[in-house]
Amino acid sequence: MIRAENIFKSFGETEVLKDISTTFEQGKTNVIIGKSGAGKTVLLKLLVGLFQPTAGNIWYDDINFNKLNKQELRSLRMEVGMLFQGNALFDSLTVEQNVRFPLDMFTNMTKKEKLDQVNYCLDRVTLAGSNDKYPSEISGGMQKRVGIARSIVLNPKYLFCDEPNSGLDPKTSIIIDKLIHDITVENNITTIINTHDMNSVMEIGDTIVLLNLGRVAWQGTKNEVLESENEVLQDFIFASPFLQKLRKAALNF
Amino acid sequence: MNLNLLFHFGRYLTLMKTTFSKPEKFSMYWKETMRQMNDIGIGSLVIVGLIAIFIGAVTAVQFSDQLSGGLIPRYYIGYIVRDITIIELAPTITCLVLAGKVGSNMASELGGMRQKEHIDAMELMGVNTAAYLILPKLIAAVLIIPLLVSLAAIISIVGGYIAAVPFGQLTDPEYVRGVRSFFVPNYVLMMYVKAMVFAFILTTVSCYQGYYVTGGSIELGEASTQAVVYSDILILVADLVVAIALTG
Repeated sequence: MIRAENIFKSFGETEVLKDISTTFEQGKTNVIIGKSGAGKTVLLKLLVGLFQPTAGNIWYDDINFNKLNKQELRSLRMEVGMLFQGNALFDSLTVEQNVRFPLDMFTNMTKKEKLDQVNYCLDRVTLAGSNDKYPSEISGGMQKRVGIARSIVLNPKYLFCDEPNSGLDPKTSIIIDKLIHDITVENNITTIINTHDMNSVMEIGDTIVLLNLGRVAWQGTKNEVLESENEVLQDFIFASPFLQKLRKAALNF
Repeated sequence: MNLNLLFHFGRYLTLMKTTFSKPEKFSMYWKETMRQMNDIGIGSLVIVGLIAIFIGAVTAVQFSDQLSGGLIPRYYIGYIVRDITIIELAPTITCLVLAGKVGSNMASELGGMRQKEHIDAMELMGVNTAAYLILPKLIAAVLIIPLLVSLAAIISIVGGYIAAVPFGQLTDPEYVRGVRSFFVPNYVLMMYVKAMVFAFILTTVSCYQGYYVTGGSIELGEASTQAVVYSDILILVADLVVAIALTG
């Protein structure tokens, strides 16, 4: 479980996040949604420690993330996996070397043990046999899956995904969503996804946090989304006239 | 302007402090250092050799012309080529060129990694990115650049011979006698001190520029240019400082 407690974040005079308090539950896919500029990415970067909050605390279970010293932070980070929007795969390394990198850096496993773990992860993301390919030789969807494989190779307790579906076609997006959800449930990890994609939200979002102008505008489950009368939420989800008509029809049905 | 300079100096020192931290895993740093040694050393052989041969050749031809009055023995040309190469031209010109080749490459590599979120990804894995990405480059540069400078000095002296002897500026025994005359071993030490200091400067300044890149391709280009410009300026300043320190 990860808990944000009265988080404020400013860049100079600009206050980007204002009093954010929310809980991301273990074993669930927790989704952060919101318009561009709402503060989603800043919140995600705060949660993983790439930014420091101006005020407030972030708790990883019972550990106050903001009070950790460098060594403790590095140890905790070994329990964190992250899928970046642009994948952040190392271009000069093969798929296998990319996935193996955290094992090489932090474990004393033998070569065979590492290879077994890498192959298990690649198999898990249906990329078995792609070990020797370079990131430039595989498609965007495959790169995402390599990113997922690398993020789970150390068996993390916390998984962060920044726009996992950006640049992917709807069919591949569904595959990636399902993969993230399955991994979350199987390993009982705390997953936080930052997305614009409402298909993802409705498909795998166990809990949803809507940010608007740096504040939490709404939070709930996907089942509560359609019934909610929250204007900001309705405005965000049913942005197009077509979807608005669809919602009206569904409610009248 | 002054505050800005102080800000960068402070941030540079902080980066260096983080860079000189205990490696997470020695074998990973070793591999990366070997890779960097290959990139810096083998990758720069041709350009260093080419420049060195012309440095020696031009020095020999010009001094041959200037000393043509007859008052100074001809073999002094060999002596001048040797000393000017060892003391100044081999370390300084080689490192100025390497700042352009190796330094800009380091700044672009790190800047690209920053922009593609590779550095963030490593940080999130728990890697000390400053140490992992900069320390191997620094160790490789400080070990390999003095070797390149030695090579440059030898090639430059050979270049002087090629330009002066076959074209009749002086005879083979005269050049060899000059090269072997008045040898001061301390000058070789000075060459290595300069090479190591310049290697440290060009690596850390370039890595600093690349590590903190923000924005897009224009900023990356600027960082790469600044890496070369600032490295060159600091190398020239350090050249004077080392010269004063070791000759005073």
